[in-house]
Amino acid sequence: MATTSSGTATVTLPSDTQIQITREFDAPKHLVYKALTTPELVRRWWHANRGEMTVCEIDLRVGGMWRYVMVADGFGEVGFHGEYREIVPNERLVSTEAYEGIPDADENATVNILTLTEVDGRTTMTILVEHPTKEGRDAHINAGMEDGMQDAMDLLEEIAISLR
Amino acid sequence: MARAATTTDAFNAVAEPRRRQILDVLAGGERPVNDLVAQLGLAQPQVSKHLRVLRHVGAVEVREAGRQRLYRLNGKALKPIHDWVSEYERSWSERFDALDMVLEELKEKEVGDGDDE
Repeated sequence: MATTSSGTATVTLPSDTQIQITREFDAPKHLVYKALTTPELVRRWWHANRGEMTVCEIDLRVGGMWRYVMVADGFGEVGFHGEYREIVPNERLVSTEAYEGIPDADENATVNILTLTEVDGRTTMTILVEHPTKEGRDAHINAGMEDGMQDAMDLLEEIAISLR
Repeated sequence: MARAATTTDAFNAVAEPRRRQILDVLAGGERPVNDLVAQLGLAQPQVSKHLRVLRHVGAVEVREAGRQRLYRLNGKALKPIHDWVSEYERSWSERFDALDMVLEELKEKEVGDGDDE
């Protein structure tokens, strides 16, 4: 998929329970890791300029919990939490992620495997989101679809490209 | 938006890597099943099985041309996937753009601290 100078996140659906997000950063992996695991830093980017983070707790040890809450503009409060399962500093973080806005949030938690790979001072981050069930993955997808469905029909080529 | 049961769902139809391969080939134009068999290196019954799933969700259409059955991609059926992936990519891209700015600052700080590794 084409990328712009600022870098575009690439999303693929590797299997019927998974979503994968990939993005390259112009920074070495130890700095990316630092920005991912330091609450004061996470507070500055995780909101994606769509609101303000009100809670950012990171207990970075295996079995430790994390919790992020943000007040999203025009949407209200959204919270996520989970547990760290595996930690390889600067390289790999495996954690669970529960969206607090759904019933049985913990039963429906995803397992997120985040890996950092550095080449020539640039770091590729890959996040593999594994849902416990296909239904969970579909619900995740459904939640983001409503705006897009109103778009006009695009060209066939564009759709084919998006599947790669 | 209400979606159909998973068996009639474009998302699930394309979750299978071989079916995505079929769609990639058909993105290049209409093809008889033999071409798909040759390009994918699968047995014809398997290809036919995947084509049935893709036809079921409308992602692939078929027409008779003499003795051949020609398959083609139907982009409209895949539009929901395209839309979702685009929107999801957009929200992550915004998040990562904000992360870029934090990283720039960390890089400058590291240089400033005399860490010249």
